[in-house]
Amino acid sequence: MTSLRLDAGGSMIDRARPLQFRWGRTRLAGLAGDTLASALMANGESVFARSFKYHRPRGLLAAGLEEPNAIVQWQEGRLTSPNLKATTLELHDGLIAAPVNAWPSPQFDLLAANGWIKRFIPAAFYYKTFIWPHWHLFEPAIRRAAGLGLAPVHPDPDSYAQHVDQVDCLVVGAGLAGLQEAASLARQGKKVILAESDPWPGGAIFGPAHDTERAQANRLAAELSACPNVRVLLRTTVLALQDDGLVTMLERLTDHLPVAQRQGPRHRLWKLRARDLVLATGAHERPLVFDGNDRPGVMLASAAGQLLERQAVSPGRRLVLAANNDRAWDAALALAMAGLGVAGIMDARTAADPARVAVATVLGIRMEFETVPWRARGSRHITAVETARIIAGGAARPTGTAIACDTLLMSGGYSPVVHLHGQAGGQLVWHDGVQAFLPVPGALPCRMVGAAAGDGLGHVRPVWHISADPRRPSAKAFVDFQNDVTAADVALARSESFRAVEHLKRYTTLGMATDQGKTSNINGLAIMGGLAGLSPDTVGTTRFRPPYEPAPIGAFAGHRVGQLLRPVRRLPAHAAHASLGARFEEYGLWERPSCYPKAGETEADAVFREAAAVRAGVGLFDASPLGKIEVKGPDAANFLDRIYVGRVSTLRPGGCRYGLILNEHGIILDDGIVARIADDHFLVGTTSSNARIVHQHLEEWLQCEWPQLLVAIADVTQQWAVMNVAGPNARRLLEGLACDIDLDGAAFAHLGHREGHVEGVPCRMQRVSYTGELSFELAVPSRFALALHARLLACGADLGIVPFGIEAMMVLRTEKGFLHLGSDTDGTTFPDDVGFGAPVRLRKDDFIGRRSCLMPEAMRPDRRQLVGLQSVDGTLLPIGGHVLGKGQDRQSQGWVTSSVNSPALGRAVALAMVCAGRSRHGEEVVVWNRGGTQRARIVSPVAFDPKGERMHG
Amino acid sequence: MLEINCPWCGPRPEAEFRCGGEIPIIRPTPDCTDREWAAYLHERTNPKGMHRERWLHVLGCGMWIAAIRSTINHHITRTGPLAAPHDEASS
Ligand SMILES: [Zn+2]
Repeated sequence: MTSLRLDAGGSMIDRARPLQFRWGRTRLAGLAGDTLASALMANGESVFARSFKYHRPRGLLAAGLEEPNAIVQWQEGRLTSPNLKATTLELHDGLIAAPVNAWPSPQFDLLAANGWIKRFIPAAFYYKTFIWPHWHLFEPAIRRAAGLGLAPVHPDPDSYAQHVDQVDCLVVGAGLAGLQEAASLARQGKKVILAESDPWPGGAIFGPAHDTERAQANRLAAELSACPNVRVLLRTTVLALQDDGLVTMLERLTDHLPVAQRQGPRHRLWKLRARDLVLATGAHERPLVFDGNDRPGVMLASAAGQLLERQAVSPGRRLVLAANNDRAWDAALALAMAGLGVAGIMDARTAADPARVAVATVLGIRMEFETVPWRARGSRHITAVETARIIAGGAARPTGTAIACDTLLMSGGYSPVVHLHGQAGGQLVWHDGVQAFLPVPGALPCRMVGAAAGDGLGHVRPVWHISADPRRPSAKAFVDFQNDVTAADVALARSESFRAVEHLKRYTTLGMATDQGKTSNINGLAIMGGLAGLSPDTVGTTRFRPPYEPAPIGAFAGHRVGQLLRPVRRLPAHAAHASLGARFEEYGLWERPSCYPKAGETEADAVFREAAAVRAGVGLFDASPLGKIEVKGPDAANFLDRIYVGRVSTLRPGGCRYGLILNEHGIILDDGIVARIADDHFLVGTTSSNARIVHQHLEEWLQCEWPQLLVAIADVTQQWAVMNVAGPNARRLLEGLACDIDLDGAAFAHLGHREGHVEGVPCRMQRVSYTGELSFELAVPSRFALALHARLLACGADLGIVPFGIEAMMVLRTEKGFLHLGSDTDGTTFPDDVGFGAPVRLRKDDFIGRRSCLMPEAMRPDRRQLVGLQSVDGTLLPIGGHVLGKGQDRQSQGWVTSSVNSPALGRAVALAMVCAGRSRHGEEVVVWNRGGTQRARIVSPVAFDPKGERMHG
Repeated sequence: MLEINCPWCGPRPEAEFRCGGEIPIIRPTPDCTDREWAAYLHERTNPKGMHRERWLHVLGCGMWIAAIRSTINHHITRTGPLAAPHDEASS
């Protein structure tokens, strides 16, 4: 136990507000303002996790979201998040978290044996050893041993909000540079959003200049929060910068609160565009790469500086700094000034900033230059650091001396956070002074300021890895802590020709997983470059891809979950169907009655009864989802002639007609009834699923191909509810209604369209039939749907009216051989395939798709054609069953598309698409389905009332 | 997600639009050869660089618009009302 909380200081903590939390099974206490990491350190915990591959004990490395080691699972009841970083998880009262990848605990991990056999698990070991075809034998065990947190088992109980916005200026990062930039923009009157990942503004402030910088940060933060044109978003991480400056950011709204106090959405995902985008994202400190640099007690200097400044926590009592730059000194000086023992500072350079050296001298700290750490001693925690000197050629020579310590602070320089700049396609250039990639300004709609642009990072002496022979990097010096990639692994990848950075990443896993190499990428590619004699900018970086930081999938789903993922549309008369005991199913986004089973009836019984009742008397069907598109204007008839296979301009007002709509490829897009209301006014009827598609089809052709035509189009599908009264008694039923439309068969024949009133309500009535029976479709404004439905049931009571659902309708239309789009047709069906070749051939003028119907493919004689199929024994044929010839030829010749039990015929009927089927009526075939076969005969598709007399009533 | 400047509605997110492909595509007369018809249906220039195309503002005004987009970085340099295909071809 080396780490501790100091009695004074800590700009973020409230010592009057203690909080209880659980770490694994241990109950601990922290303070408001702690992160899980700082609270654990205050409790003396130094082992936070076991490493991914070797299960080595690991302590804290960093203080922010670049932390690779302290990965935890948070879980309270059904609320859980895997792979959070202890450094960014704010403590709340009652928090329960546990380390991932440690079983049973990070102090005692059974899988640590992996570390003992480490020399057998070099980079790409799994690729080389557990290869196909036997991977499946090893996979379960490997997955148990590896992997990070646990995916939640239950649906996420939280809700997530999404917000789309635009703003004059977005400043990313509320460190000093970001605060200053935001304040200057705000003073110009600009509308500004300032987004900061941390719960506090200020960024990394520590060292001798602390007091003035903290005061300045507080003053700027106060100024900004008082500006009406500024919105400061804390706990908000920018995840992505994409096309046209689109910023995606995640605002964590409730994660910091005790669960009982949480209200509203957990996170808000922002999609934001800013005219002026400023990235003040700071820089990540890099580790030094030497033997044992992953031991608990070795951490980044900036992490110790921030823990001290924010939460008054020190990682140890006796500290040593190993650095290659000035800035890192501030952490050691701050700790010394807080009264902790700093046993020494070693710097790889020949000299350091005189001002800092002066402070260190006053504090009595021993300093050594041209000195680097050689090896960290200790296993569970470091006990001393051995030193070395850099000699010619970059080799290190151990000095043979060791400094006793409980904490080693290290700093190998800084990598500006250029991820967003890189995601947006920005260029980077290597800077020899700060030994880092800096953003190249210009070309992008963003600019970078502060440490992100390389400001204040000073002069860094590169020490990419420390070993006696620079050509033989050490297998005990870690580059990527999260993925257990050592300097030797980088050399192995190179010797096996995986030299491009993207190959290096995949081969060694360097820079993968939750931190995406925020602390390791530059070290890795510089070591690779050093071995190849290349500078880091010649090696290049891996591609920066969003998200910058992992985010819950729920934030991207937002409200689009459960019922809201795909809202179901209900019929205007839904309540009436429900009270009739309808069974509802989804058909093309509509929830519709499939049938109305009575007590004791199976679904099949109900369908059979309903279909029989329509043929025998009268039935009532809710056809409201049928698409209805008004087409109006002087050129409407001309326009529709170009849309339909059959001519529309020959239709008289008051009449309607069945027609096919093709796409330009000649494929059937939709079928339906088109009615002429007046010379310049048509109503295009579509199938229930295609209303939107046909509407867009009409608009596209009108706007893009024939903009000179004077036509207006409006989709009125949901404005009208449609009740279909079908059966021999249909007219008798309607005669019981108050109706100003002459229903007489001579005045209003089949395929007539009338406008009038029924029961005082405006009504569009059509004599059209999908059942083959005498049939009326009554369209009334949707608000009258329930009233009309009730009235029709009441009037039909004496006639034994039966409400029928989609399934009975399917039985009736299949008996009649009427097409059902999407069942009998697919994306390859030409009109001729389903018996509409003649209308195509008859038209001599052009319409959409006509020319394609004349292409050789459309006229192949062996195309599949719509036929009826009758099983020899009268039983039901399976939909999708393949039609085979009777002989030895087992090639599929087509398939069954519709199949029902027909009450009218007392046997099963089916429709099928069969090669050259029209010329094969009478032929016996075999229907094959899942290994079983049935004999069947090819017949006419019209099984019932082949002359079509009944619908004329 | 791109930002597309609808000439009728102003700059709107790409999610409100549907891309309709290259313009202009000249529809041949029905007496064309099979080869010409197939080319009209299927063959596109697919350039690396500036691409003239049409977009439908499907969740907005419902209008088809013309745009010039770079196929290299998707940047849309210009948008405007859609002209008739033959006008578009001659412009
Ligand atoms: Zn628009």
